[in-house]
Amino acid sequence: MPSSPLPAVAIAGVRKSYGKLQALRGIDFSIRQGEFFGLLGPNGAGKSTLISIIAGLVAADAGSISVMGHDTVKDFRAARRKLGVVPQELVFDPFFKVRDMLRIQAGYYGCGKESWPWIDEMLERLDLADKANSPMRALSGGMKRRVLVAQALVHKPPVVILDEPTAGVDVELRRTLWAFMTDLHRKGTTVVLTTHYLEEAQELCERIAILDHGQVQVIETTQQLLARHPFRFLRLKLAAGSVLPESLRALVSGEPNGAVELKLETARHPIASVLETLRAAGVVIEDVHTRDPDLEDIFVELTGGDDA
Amino acid sequence: MSPDQIGFQTLLKKEVMRFWSVLGQTVTAPVITALLYLLVFAQAMQGRASVYPGVSYTEFLLPGLIMMTVIQNAFANTSSSLIQSKVMGNLVFLQMAPLGPWEWFGAYVTAALVRTTLVASAMLLVTIPFVQLPINAPLALLAMFLVSSASLAVLGLIAGIVSQKFDHIAAFTNFFITPLSFLSGVFYSVHALPAFWYQASHLNPFFYMIDGFRYGFFGQADVPLLQSLLWSLGFLLVASTVCMWMLKTGYKLKK
Ligand SMILES: Nc1ncnc2c1ncn2[C@@H]1O[C@H](COP(=O)(O)OP(=O)(O)OP(=O)(O)O)[C@@H](O)[C@H]1O
Ligand SMILES: [Mg+2]
Repeated sequence: MPSSPLPAVAIAGVRKSYGKLQALRGIDFSIRQGEFFGLLGPNGAGKSTLISIIAGLVAADAGSISVMGHDTVKDFRAARRKLGVVPQELVFDPFFKVRDMLRIQAGYYGCGKESWPWIDEMLERLDLADKANSPMRALSGGMKRRVLVAQALVHKPPVVILDEPTAGVDVELRRTLWAFMTDLHRKGTTVVLTTHYLEEAQELCERIAILDHGQVQVIETTQQLLARHPFRFLRLKLAAGSVLPESLRALVSGEPNGAVELKLETARHPIASVLETLRAAGVVIEDVHTRDPDLEDIFVELTGGDDA
Repeated sequence: MSPDQIGFQTLLKKEVMRFWSVLGQTVTAPVITALLYLLVFAQAMQGRASVYPGVSYTEFLLPGLIMMTVIQNAFANTSSSLIQSKVMGNLVFLQMAPLGPWEWFGAYVTAALVRTTLVASAMLLVTIPFVQLPINAPLALLAMFLVSSASLAVLGLIAGIVSQKFDHIAAFTNFFITPLSFLSGVFYSVHALPAFWYQASHLNPFFYMIDGFRYGFFGQADVPLLQSLLWSLGFLLVASTVCMWMLKTGYKLKK
């Protein structure tokens, strides 16, 4: 077997409890260099806890993590220089102006004046150039969020972790952030994204880990994940007076906008046979629509219907 | 310069900028307060027997006032900076940075020293018209100033690490720093105290800081300089050991 290249992030046996609550119950996985990786899971799954341990904000009870081969505890300086983290909370230092703040942050990482053009470039790209001299407290929530993103990138880390960067952000800004993340990824940065918008994860991430109750439920490429459950959805709009035959009732997965949606396992209930059953029962159909499962369906399947 | 050195310098610069941007609060206000003490007490105590031969009460008072202000401001600088960052949540930016315990310690304490140097110099300058202090032992003066400032800066760091909200710092200040700094012989010589309080004063580390500082000006004090210096150094050593242990283990900082 050829030796596998150094993982961007390697997580081994990580456990963390808060009192009785087991936030992480033994996490083991690796993120490859250059990957666009999704870390998904319902509220309280342990995503932010895991990220905080990687970042060195929280001490794990057991296990170890390395970033680009550097242990995050024993070799924390090297590990942290390779890592940029956008925290979930909208935190900021009200004392400083945006550009000064970013220069200070770069300084913490040992970057001097040579990082200033990059800082200005980011301000430009994130549409913050006109706010460069505003104090942090004078920014809107969305602007603060963008500063957080810039702050995580001041030292041009090869690995970037974004904990829900698009939460509570308007459509336009979300697109800006997507473009920004995609661009980073294209330039070779390993991007780890946490989000509750599953379309976003489906669109951007090459590989996804789903965390639930402190455990990795599944870790697969987005393609594998989508192909994992061979089912389709059939949405029917029935004519007034028509009712669904008894034999199909068990397959109903939802009733969006007065239509009925059936979840069909491709092997057991081919669409043709379902339509045949309906025709035989004399049901009048006004409209038919089929769709493939998306990440949301898979997610619900895997996390037992908890909220995304 | 190595990246670690740049990191340290940046944190130091940030900490200095933090109090610099509110100089009115962090330097001017304490100087004015201390001046008021000086004027009021100098008036009230006028004509009383001088404490040391050839040293007027106002002269006796000023070094103590300066050291008291230094003590309070060194503590306030580190503790308020940490607790503000904690409450605002922005401490994470520092915690995620590749800075080690020594850089934290060094930068916070040095920034506090910059502030106390400003405060002490300002007090000396503005009181020149009223009081002209002799400087008999400049090295002792400098040593007592540095050790005392550093001790209280470290204590402020510890308080900031242990505290989770502003109230905790306020409790520290109100129940520990302020009373001990007032009961340390700023306004009187401890020789004038009843036996019990005289003994009790000798357990107060701030007493030695003030007494040793005073020695630097007058070349005489309540206890020998060496005793003051050793007490203050001992205090600094203990506080620094505790503080470094906290920073190294992530005590209360790493959840
Ligand atoms: N400092 C803490 N003290 C006590 N419990 C905590 C602490 N931080 C997190 N927890 C608990 O650990 C669990 C995991 O929390 P975590 O923030 O990692 O979830 P998450 O997956 O990021 O959720 P979300 O999607 O809501 O951000 C939760 O049950 C949470 O209540
Ligand atoms: Mg979270």
